[in-house]
Amino acid sequence: MHPTSQTFKANASAALHDAALQRALKNLKSGFPGKRAAAIAKLPEFDALRDAGRDLKNHVLEHLDFYLERFEAQVTAQGGQVHWARDAAEANRIVLDICRAVEARTVTKGKSMVSEEIGLNDFLAANGIEPIETDLGEYIIQLRHEHPSHIIAPAIHLNRDQVADAFHAHHGQYGFTERNENPRALMSEARQVLRQRFLNADVGITGANFCVAETGTTVIVTNEGNGDLTQILPRVHIVLASIEKIAPTLEDVSTFLRLLSRSATGQEITVYTTFSSGPRRPEDVDGPEQFHVVLLDNGRSGMLGGEFQDMLRCIRCSACLNHCPVYGAIGGHAYGWVYPGPMGSVLTPQLIGVDIAGALPNASTFCGRCEDVCPMRIPLPAMMRHWREREFERHLSPAGFRFGLRAWAFFAQRPKLYQSITRIAARVLRWLGGRNGRIKSLPLAHGWTAWRDLPTPQGQTFQQQWAARQEKRS
Amino acid sequence: MMKENPSAGSPASKPRVGLFVTCLVDLFRPTVGFAAVKLLEDAGCVVEVPTAQSCCGQPAYNSGDRAAARALARQLIAAFEPFDYVVAPSGSCGGMIKHHYPHLFDDDPAWQARAERLSAKTFELVSFLTDVLGVEQVEARYTGVVTYHDSCSGLRELRIKHQPRRLLASVEGLSLREMEEAEVCCGFGGTFCVKYPELSNRMVGEKAARIVASGADTLLAGDMGCLLNMAGKLQREGATVRVRHVAEVLAGMTDAPAIGEPG
Repeated sequence: MHPTSQTFKANASAALHDAALQRALKNLKSGFPGKRAAAIAKLPEFDALRDAGRDLKNHVLEHLDFYLERFEAQVTAQGGQVHWARDAAEANRIVLDICRAVEARTVTKGKSMVSEEIGLNDFLAANGIEPIETDLGEYIIQLRHEHPSHIIAPAIHLNRDQVADAFHAHHGQYGFTERNENPRALMSEARQVLRQRFLNADVGITGANFCVAETGTTVIVTNEGNGDLTQILPRVHIVLASIEKIAPTLEDVSTFLRLLSRSATGQEITVYTTFSSGPRRPEDVDGPEQFHVVLLDNGRSGMLGGEFQDMLRCIRCSACLNHCPVYGAIGGHAYGWVYPGPMGSVLTPQLIGVDIAGALPNASTFCGRCEDVCPMRIPLPAMMRHWREREFERHLSPAGFRFGLRAWAFFAQRPKLYQSITRIAARVLRWLGGRNGRIKSLPLAHGWTAWRDLPTPQGQTFQQQWAARQEKRS
Repeated sequence: MMKENPSAGSPASKPRVGLFVTCLVDLFRPTVGFAAVKLLEDAGCVVEVPTAQSCCGQPAYNSGDRAAARALARQLIAAFEPFDYVVAPSGSCGGMIKHHYPHLFDDDPAWQARAERLSAKTFELVSFLTDVLGVEQVEARYTGVVTYHDSCSGLRELRIKHQPRRLLASVEGLSLREMEEAEVCCGFGGTFCVKYPELSNRMVGEKAARIVASGADTLLAGDMGCLLNMAGKLQREGATVRVRHVAEVLAGMTDAPAIGEPG
């Protein structure tokens, strides 16, 4: 996916003026946060569980090499195969080779953000293999040639009429000639179209929420059941997972699951939680003949041991997106790459470069809601600040801004001088405001006064008045 | 009546508080500084205002300029070390000193120890009154229906939520009417509001709508940055809501025109 994070500001501006998007975002804000809060209110030990989840993942990250090798050994022992991919290109190539070996023509796909990260759909299509998204939201945006705007609700930016339009435009070939608007009817239409595609697929590709080292099992959580059909019906099942998805044991998975579904959708548990351990055994009634796991690094190992390691604890619940006032204002596409919201603002600069994605960690008020709701207690604002530090060190922030900051810091380190400048500023601003008590327009502060008044100072500064008062007292 | 600090019997045992005025109070709203002094003195503290103070360094820190942030932190630490407590009429500046100063010196044990000592005795004004001094009520009058905005740093870094509400409940003539989403950011965010003015405007626009919808005639909060932002938006939109720092109301110092009001 070609990043557009460099034009974040323009993207955000367009998003703010996109009426359909703004209608859709209202639903997001009224949905997920309330459901999460209700689910957590019913689980008094939630905060203790968060501590346990954080500690567990920290342990995994400290011993990631051990657990990854253990996972590989277990997958192999069950007749599966693990493939190591350093980057997106390697991962795509591995998937293509597996598909070609079985002469695959169509591939069904469960929802996978790693697949988005490596741009798998475009790559497969360019190589003559048709990828079919089967998660309803993913399916809708695939029809519209879009990317997910949210990591668990990929089509959250769309309204019902846009979905109806997309189905109407594409489903004529399957005999659906009337435009449906009823959500149930739309769902049924998608189900009927996808059913045949599930049956025809040669390869099924899913992501993984967790990779269990103890058992060589991959785990996905879904609410639609499409993941199961994707991985059970075709001859070959390929799992795409990034290396930090490790959970040491099945018991540990249950800790993560309790955190994940509540933080994501407010469910105690998702409708389906699917455990996949190797290919079909002789006594199994169904299942794939081949079971492959592609483990993707793509820059993650470079985060180990550094100031961004904590980000690798992320379990992709989306709570930080759902509670972020910036995400809530502009949606996910404005961020310009695969991962939006606070988690994306930390991860994206690592994966595609801070020179391209530097705007993202800057577009935060550091209100701290993301960290407050993160089930893995990831210090998201602190890590966004680290990116700003990297940017500042590399002189990537705008020259005017740097100059202003330098000048201000120079004076602030000289309190007497700073206080005299403050005195002057107070008088000037007061004079500019006249009797109104506020300034309607100030050329140097256009970003402020374009939309709000600037209240004027009361007159003398506090320090001035305090000094006068002390003199009087003595 | 204000509850006096039990240990505040004689001048010698009175806690000595260094007031960190903060840039925005110094420049825009000295009344807040004097309100802080009055509240602290009424609660039995001796208040001093070191002249060697400027800014806590947060703008530099949040802009990635760690060196400048450290220089300003060292300056503030040195200026306030002699006091029993450091109090700021701001959750944002208070949070900077309390939470972030120690991290600024992760590779400098000597300064980190000093930063930690300062952190331990630094408080935001209202929570200092309630949580440290045990103040349960204030002697003040304010006729009006107020709504309270929870500023982000105060709420999430310092867990200030019930403290201002508890003290406001003791103000004669005042009633509190909560707005929806009082805990959602107003969009100020320091340099954010000038780096991303359109986003900031959207956020403060939504906040202003919530404030007006509450039906309150007065908006209170504990941070000047948020207050200037919300006042400026409310006034640009022609709303008649008055905007004040919570300390002004608690100290009964509401004679001066409200923020952004003519006078």
